[in-house]
Amino acid sequence: MSALLEVEKASKRFGGVVAVDECSFSVQAGTITGLIGPNGSGKTTVFNLITGYLPADGGQIRFDGRVVGRPDPTRLARRGLIRTFQQARVFPNLTVVENLVLAAPQSWRSAGRPRVSRAERALADELLGDFNLGAHAGTVAAELSFGQRKLLEFAATLMSRPRLVLLDEPAAGVNPVLVETIERHIRRLHAQGLTFLVVEHDMPLVMRLCDPVIVLDRGRKIAEGPARQVQQDPNVLDAYLGA
Amino acid sequence: MHLFVQACILGLLTGGVYALMASGLALGFGVMRVINVAQGALIILGAYLSYTLYSHLGIDPFVGLLLLTPAMFALGVLLQLVFLRPLRDEEREELSLLVTWAMALGIEGLLSVAYQTTYRSTITSYADRSWTVFGYYISVARVFAFVASFVVLGLLFAVLRYTKLGRAVRATVQNPTAARLLGVDTRMVSAVGFGLSVATASAAGAVYGIVFPFNPGSHYDLISRLLSIIVLGGLGSLGGAVVAALFMGLTEALFSAEISPTWSSFTFFIVLIAVLVVRPQGLFGARVRGAI
Amino acid sequence: MRAALVFGVLSALPFGFTAAWVQNLFIFTLMYAALASAWNIVGGYSGYISLGHAAFFGVGAYAIGILFTHTSIGGGYRPFYALPLVGIGVAIGSLPVAWIAYRTRAATFAIVTITLLFVVQQLAFNLRSLTGGSQGIAIPTPSFPVATYEEPFYYAMLGILAMSMLASWSIRGSKLGLALLSIRDDEDRARGLGVQTELAKLTAFAVSCGLVAMAGGVWAYYIAFIYPQFAVDPLITIGMVLMVYLGGKGTIWGPVLGAFILVPAQQYLAYRLGASRLYLVGYSAVFLGVMLLLPRGILPSLGDRARKLRVRRVPPEPRVEEVAAS
Repeated sequence: MSALLEVEKASKRFGGVVAVDECSFSVQAGTITGLIGPNGSGKTTVFNLITGYLPADGGQIRFDGRVVGRPDPTRLARRGLIRTFQQARVFPNLTVVENLVLAAPQSWRSAGRPRVSRAERALADELLGDFNLGAHAGTVAAELSFGQRKLLEFAATLMSRPRLVLLDEPAAGVNPVLVETIERHIRRLHAQGLTFLVVEHDMPLVMRLCDPVIVLDRGRKIAEGPARQVQQDPNVLDAYLGA
Repeated sequence: MHLFVQACILGLLTGGVYALMASGLALGFGVMRVINVAQGALIILGAYLSYTLYSHLGIDPFVGLLLLTPAMFALGVLLQLVFLRPLRDEEREELSLLVTWAMALGIEGLLSVAYQTTYRSTITSYADRSWTVFGYYISVARVFAFVASFVVLGLLFAVLRYTKLGRAVRATVQNPTAARLLGVDTRMVSAVGFGLSVATASAAGAVYGIVFPFNPGSHYDLISRLLSIIVLGGLGSLGGAVVAALFMGLTEALFSAEISPTWSSFTFFIVLIAVLVVRPQGLFGARVRGAI
Repeated sequence: MRAALVFGVLSALPFGFTAAWVQNLFIFTLMYAALASAWNIVGGYSGYISLGHAAFFGVGAYAIGILFTHTSIGGGYRPFYALPLVGIGVAIGSLPVAWIAYRTRAATFAIVTITLLFVVQQLAFNLRSLTGGSQGIAIPTPSFPVATYEEPFYYAMLGILAMSMLASWSIRGSKLGLALLSIRDDEDRARGLGVQTELAKLTAFAVSCGLVAMAGGVWAYYIAFIYPQFAVDPLITIGMVLMVYLGGKGTIWGPVLGAFILVPAQQYLAYRLGASRLYLVGYSAVFLGVMLLLPRGILPSLGDRARKLRVRRVPPEPRVEEVAAS
């Protein structure tokens, strides 16, 4: 199995604060890899580096064998790397269907075509059906509940048939029933061949779902391995309790 | 060579005045995320008021400064309360441009009514005098203007650094949410910050009026330069504004001397474009791109 | 359709109102409606507030002027035929400018566009051999019959308004429009999903500027003299922006409505207060009033109210808060 994503000695500084300190890890294709660590360990910053929202101060990031040069979320998305956000970002003034259609790759030639073509509508409806949001197809995204927005955001990532999906705290702020739903979807998609990198604080979820699990502390990787093993690693316990 | 140094001197002196003007703009943005397009007009207002004090009451502009500054501070607070506070947070940055532009037009209109459109200048007794130092002409008025600008700037920095209020302002500039959580009354700070920025405008205006002729329409020239300066320095960065202002003053004077006077105002735009292509956040600004 | 009705009425107007000053008013109203509609494509749809669009208006105006002084285009209807070329030329020319400006966001973008306006105005003053400097360019008045002198200009403006609205409408319903709206909502997320934001923004800007330039061209031909401070006038930008906000940013008819309200109001203000400089104060007051009291604009506010009334009529259903596990 080849590494789909390789982070090699990535570094990021904000003024005097070192958020990411020569962090290295890799994500193998076909896994649900977890990324955990106490608050301030740099997880979200690493996400931002990987997805091109922030330029790295040092180190190299390789996706699918190719180096991620200029930080450019658009190019990475087209290469198959999509992320979600903690706050469940959707396009509030657009409908659910439009939200999904935007996530599907378009060529510039289609600029003049109608907003939602019939084929796209069908695809969107199918996806909405999977996520049980079908009834809300025409609803403006601003009117969805937080949980529904999370699902919508998740669904949108799938429209472009990505290779790697980065989930930023998918279980944050939602009730346990919805967490279960989200977990179910992740497993289903994983079975279909999708690779996930999940940042999470919900430990039971991580233990159930992720293998391997990578632990960061103060911007560095301190442990990596199967969930059980990481859970018992003294370094990890130290990081969480000693912080 | 002589011309070069002469131009440098002139440029630095002018740059000092720009620095004072630009710092007010930067402060206004830092505290409220408001681009005060009316800053130019407020500076001209200060120039007119200083002119009036001098021509009608014989008060020297540098003395008149002491009277004007508190008055303009109050005006600034009033403007902030009436026109800027009602704007909601999300739309403030966007709408403030238009609202302050409207304010600028209003001020220009009022000044035109009061003073007509003839060019004025606060011609003091020392306005035409110049010293000759090592063979270089140094206009007395400009030196006074430069010194006054830096004195006021120095006062501003001192207030920001050493007073409790100043610390509150700086905290709000750096991180409004954190400041609020720490108990800073950001609404009051915004009003005060804006008041301070208008107060600097009045000082800058008084100084400007001595050196340059002005009329109500002059604010466009000013604001276009000032906007370029704060973009160059990085929005919200006071130090950046000062550095950028001095740099621009120098560049403009050198360009005017060595290349062409009519195109000298272009230096601002050229530098602005060059900066934007290479470093869109300006010299000292924070990178805006990307969601964190 | 609404559009057909409106344009039908507008086409017939010059025959109903033959007084020159009325037709003059109509021409300016149509002009600002076209400008506002065009501005809306960038400002309303993508959310990027450009405060320098008047620069392109001026470029269009000077383009026509320069055609007269530097080529033997002659009078009559020929300058009108040159307009589409002017539009396309300016649209393409605006691309490098847009590319630089779009390296910034929000407030900085607005500042860059304001700066652009001043740059163009300076250029107009300085490039004397091309633009006549502060003397301006005088265009020989065309030999249209005096009785119907206004008409060709009226229909030219109407044509540009039609183009502007057509562009606005077709962009809105297209994928380009969808991309622009997503940029307005959350540009970073749009980028993260692979939306080609750069392309969308540049296209919108080019189309917008081309339309604005064409309006400027007709204006130049109509006014017959082009001075830098009037052709590249910040008040033109402010005018079109204000009209868009008043009528409703992001809607199709909003900008037009805004223009139809404000241009007559503006002319009235100029008539009453123009002699004294109170005109600017009055203008500023209207401006502030709109910004502070009705920032969403007329059409969206009406839409909101209509929606609230509708909701009140229908008995509230229990809202499905969470998605049931299946």
